[in-house]
Amino acid sequence: MEILLAIMTGILYASGIYMIMRRSLVKLILGIVLLGNGVNLLIFVLGRITKGEPPIIDDSQKVLEGIYADPIPQALILTAIVISFGLQSFAIILVKRAYKVLKTDDLDQLNTTDEDS
Amino acid sequence: MINDIILLPLVVHLFFSIVLMFFWNKVNFQKTFSVCANVIALGVAVYVFMFVYNNGTQTVQSGNWDAPFGITFVGDMLAATLVLLTAISGLAVSIFSTVSVINARLRFGYFSVFHFLLLGLNGAFLTGDIFNLYVWFEIIIISSFVLISIGGEKNQLEGAVKYFALNFFASMIFLTALGVLYGLVGTLNMADISMKIAEVENRTLVEICAVLFLVGFGIKSAIFPLYFWLPASYHTPPSAVSAIFAGLLTKVGVYALIRVFTLIFLDDVFLDNLLIALAIMTIFSGGIGALIQTNIKKVFMYFIICHIGFMIGGLGLFTEVAIAGVIFYLVHDIIIKTNLFLMSGLIYRIKSNFNMKKIGGLYANYPKLSLLMAIPLFSLIGIPPLSGYWPKISLILASFDAQQYWFFGALIFGSLITLVVIAKLWSEVFWKDQPKIEFPKKFLFFDQMKLKDKFLFVFPITFLTFVTLYIGFGAEHIQQLSQRIASELMNNQLYIDAVFKN
Repeated sequence: MEILLAIMTGILYASGIYMIMRRSLVKLILGIVLLGNGVNLLIFVLGRITKGEPPIIDDSQKVLEGIYADPIPQALILTAIVISFGLQSFAIILVKRAYKVLKTDDLDQLNTTDEDS
Repeated sequence: MINDIILLPLVVHLFFSIVLMFFWNKVNFQKTFSVCANVIALGVAVYVFMFVYNNGTQTVQSGNWDAPFGITFVGDMLAATLVLLTAISGLAVSIFSTVSVINARLRFGYFSVFHFLLLGLNGAFLTGDIFNLYVWFEIIIISSFVLISIGGEKNQLEGAVKYFALNFFASMIFLTALGVLYGLVGTLNMADISMKIAEVENRTLVEICAVLFLVGFGIKSAIFPLYFWLPASYHTPPSAVSAIFAGLLTKVGVYALIRVFTLIFLDDVFLDNLLIALAIMTIFSGGIGALIQTNIKKVFMYFIICHIGFMIGGLGLFTEVAIAGVIFYLVHDIIIKTNLFLMSGLIYRIKSNFNMKKIGGLYANYPKLSLLMAIPLFSLIGIPPLSGYWPKISLILASFDAQQYWFFGALIFGSLITLVVIAKLWSEVFWKDQPKIEFPKKFLFFDQMKLKDKFLFVFPITFLTFVTLYIGFGAEHIQQLSQRIASELMNNQLYIDAVFKN
């Protein structure tokens, strides 16, 4: 399972970074989405995958016993998903707006700010 | 609990930004309210600073979950100092925004987002939990995306796309590093990580994790091969926005580097050498970049990059003297960089242009203002006894002691090139006669403004100049403070004890 997820993470990272490095702004958004998912999956894998109980302590006990799943990576992923969702929606609006104003989708054309003014 | 006071800077800004949202269209009210809010925030920051100064490191365990299970907020001397500096810059930029940013922009929630940005900065300085640091970083970048694209001019959107793409990428790398670190040590509390990281057997993975952190924070703080987003975007928004970005956003990256490399990844010769090598390259590329630019805002942007190198290199030396120099430089740099961009905004308002070739004669027309602007420029070079001079002594001394002669050379080169560029800027902008160019007709020039507006333009610059003068002439106090912070950072056991005292 870990091997499979590790390969999956690698593919998501590679394709995400590849997409970000393309010249098209739409592909930039796709790359951002893929990369975000890759990172979330990475945290999930590195948080150790276990087939265990939910980490809830019984009334009768003081500490957890037996094999239990670590809840923290899931909390981290949840936070990261929410944040990247917000950023992605901002990115879509920004790119749409930029396309309307700049009339181009090609990053190579976006070089007016580098000129002296 | 009395030591909850370190949360006050966060609560204040959160409250003000929410209140400001209720007055979306009332621009005049927003202006007054934001300035008052920043005065209050400055008061709170001074109080927190004095409290931490007198009583030592303060911690708050949120939700009363003891460390390392809950999120810990740690107000040590470094965090308190940076909160104070944030408040000072925030106040100056807020006053400057009321007159320099046009109302059309202010109507889209400028001040509300501005307070969210300050909230994020304060949070990043005060948190003691590495994932929480990520969350604050996200708050900072989301606010900065809004501020950089508000107004939606052609240039701005172009800059915003580049700024967005690279900062988002940096966050993803930071998150990757965080995932790897959690996989290694199984905790997120920075003090706890600091204790557990020494026991990790897989040192290679620790080193890879450190490099991932370096890349993530390096993009944010604009160090050598990762700075290209900065010259492409920082000059596009209004000067007030550039000022707060220049003063604080890259410095929060430096802060994160200082925190991570003094607390978590220690005693690694490879990393220290890497930091010094990157610092040398950063100083060279930033300095050369500043030399060839003719747009004054771009010149100042390359200075940001150049002077980031001083701090990164000092961190790489990792001796107490060097760290004290870094902290002093950080204090000096936040104030001075904010001020430089405010000045560029004022020059633009007087001459309606940023290009050095097309402006001139500022000294003949405005001798008093020129004198005022000369102080920050001279401080930037580091002419004794102004503020840029003192930290350079510590850094040069430390680099000599550590026998890092390349870094020593880079420091001298960086200072010299700053001098050359400022001399060029001074002779072009201030001494040269005004070349004949056509001024735009529909433009509110500085002369035509009401006295009140003129005052609001000049007051923030004067305020920050006085702070710079204090840093220069009261260098003894700042030096003592920096040394205290440096000794706290070098003995990270103090930090760990403060977090786990209960």
